[in-house]
Amino acid sequence: MGQNGAGKTTFIKHFNGLLKPSSGRVCVNGVETTKTSVAALAKNVGFVFQNPDNQLFSETVEDEIAFALKNFGFDKETIEKRVSWALDFLSLEQYRKTSPFLLSGGERKRVALASVLAWDPETLVLDEPTIGQDHEQKEKLRHFIMQLQVKKKTVVMVTHDVEFVAECNPRVILMCDGKIVADGIAKEILTSPKLLEETSIVLPQIAQIFTKLAPIGLPTDVIDIDEAETAILTKATAGRHR
Amino acid sequence: MAIIEISDLVYTYPGASKPSIDGVSLTVEKGEFVLITGPSGCGKTSLCRTFNGLIPHFYQGELKGKIVIAGQDVTCQQTFDMAKHVGLVFQNPENQLFALSVEKDVAFGLENLGIPRVEMRKRVDWALNLTGIYDLRERSPYEVSGGQQQRVAIASVLAMQPEIIVLDEPTSFLDPLSAERIFDVIYKLNQEHGITVVLVEHRLDLTAKYTNHLIVMNKGKICLEGNPREILCSDETSHIGVGIPKATLLYKRLKMNGFNVNKQIPLSSDELAVQLLEALNK
Repeated sequence: MGQNGAGKTTFIKHFNGLLKPSSGRVCVNGVETTKTSVAALAKNVGFVFQNPDNQLFSETVEDEIAFALKNFGFDKETIEKRVSWALDFLSLEQYRKTSPFLLSGGERKRVALASVLAWDPETLVLDEPTIGQDHEQKEKLRHFIMQLQVKKKTVVMVTHDVEFVAECNPRVILMCDGKIVADGIAKEILTSPKLLEETSIVLPQIAQIFTKLAPIGLPTDVIDIDEAETAILTKATAGRHR
Repeated sequence: MAIIEISDLVYTYPGASKPSIDGVSLTVEKGEFVLITGPSGCGKTSLCRTFNGLIPHFYQGELKGKIVIAGQDVTCQQTFDMAKHVGLVFQNPENQLFALSVEKDVAFGLENLGIPRVEMRKRVDWALNLTGIYDLRERSPYEVSGGQQQRVAIASVLAMQPEIIVLDEPTSFLDPLSAERIFDVIYKLNQEHGITVVLVEHRLDLTAKYTNHLIVMNKGKICLEGNPREILCSDETSHIGVGIPKATLLYKRLKMNGFNVNKQIPLSSDELAVQLLEALNK
């Protein structure tokens, strides 16, 4: 996370070798990116661009999703199976034969996501995956990311969506002017007004509420709505018994 | 006075099997700040495209019903005539930027309206400053970041000072603080200059507080319309899958648990925090 122009997108483009470091080293799965090709890295590192229009080009949604699978040499049956899975998972089945360019912004973003999820890469790099997505799609994406975690896959996400981050509760790295300024768990970073102000991020709503409730003795490091509900109800009950 | 009057609008894109807008009637009064939300693919963007005539003139397709914007029947007017009344900020800034420098992009609309040079200079600087991109004015719009491009797109529409500003997820690439600043600027233009604003957004956490006219769309139709406090607290809204602000959601949950909260449904964390401080201090 970090303000516009902080270098987030530039940074993650190093993860699949799209950009190579001017100095220093970037190793992905133990291999230095300068010593291999983007094509070789791509199989392990799936990259979903911020703007889907920069990555879509096929005539139908189905072809778009099958493209990478064909290039990686999967057999026909597997391709069909994986394409159908991705279409179903991202609620795109009805658009199978439609041109991606006829779809809405949010739908195009999902086609871009589907085309990468389809080959099931070990590491997933997502640049602003929640843009244009409604509540239901975001919930689905969050559940999917949680599943990947169980499968021990790596997910790197760039996002400005503080509410989404609060719900995922990941490790958060804050960037500012091309540097990393903080690295820690979401609960700590997203409840630090000073750090967030420096990086042009606002506190999630729950954290904003609890910052204001600090004077009456409630904790300030709350970002989760369930935790918030429990804390307030407990406080209210304690007040009544006093 | 109504500035947007749409009745029984049905619109189908060329080659599409079913309509994207399926029977929409809508009235917006001059000076209102309207917020449109709804699941992706529900027809929000298509509706915005009818306000300045991109639908039907550019996208063509089949249109039924009536669209009257600023007293003009959109179907009988050219898009460039409508542009004098309606400024549209696209969802994807790359679709609207093309000049060699940020400044030229912001000046383009004004050049086409034949605004005198001195006035143009003034308005371009004003828009660049409002959106915080004055320092980028000599740069190419293609070498700045996604969020900065979005600000260029917004500045180019603000500079034209249209009667109606339509913004289709205008801050999706912006960091939250910059997004909040842009929304504040737009709200100020609405309050102080009476410019009518139509804003399409999923992120109600950031935007619900600016409006008292919320429209929820689903499957090409308007399914809920009115006061955001009541709409966001209703069960129907959760059912459609609208992202309810966390403050409103927490309020609803506390109330369900018998916690004694104020009658006023909160739309922002500030509003809920004030209520909670009062309730817990009793």
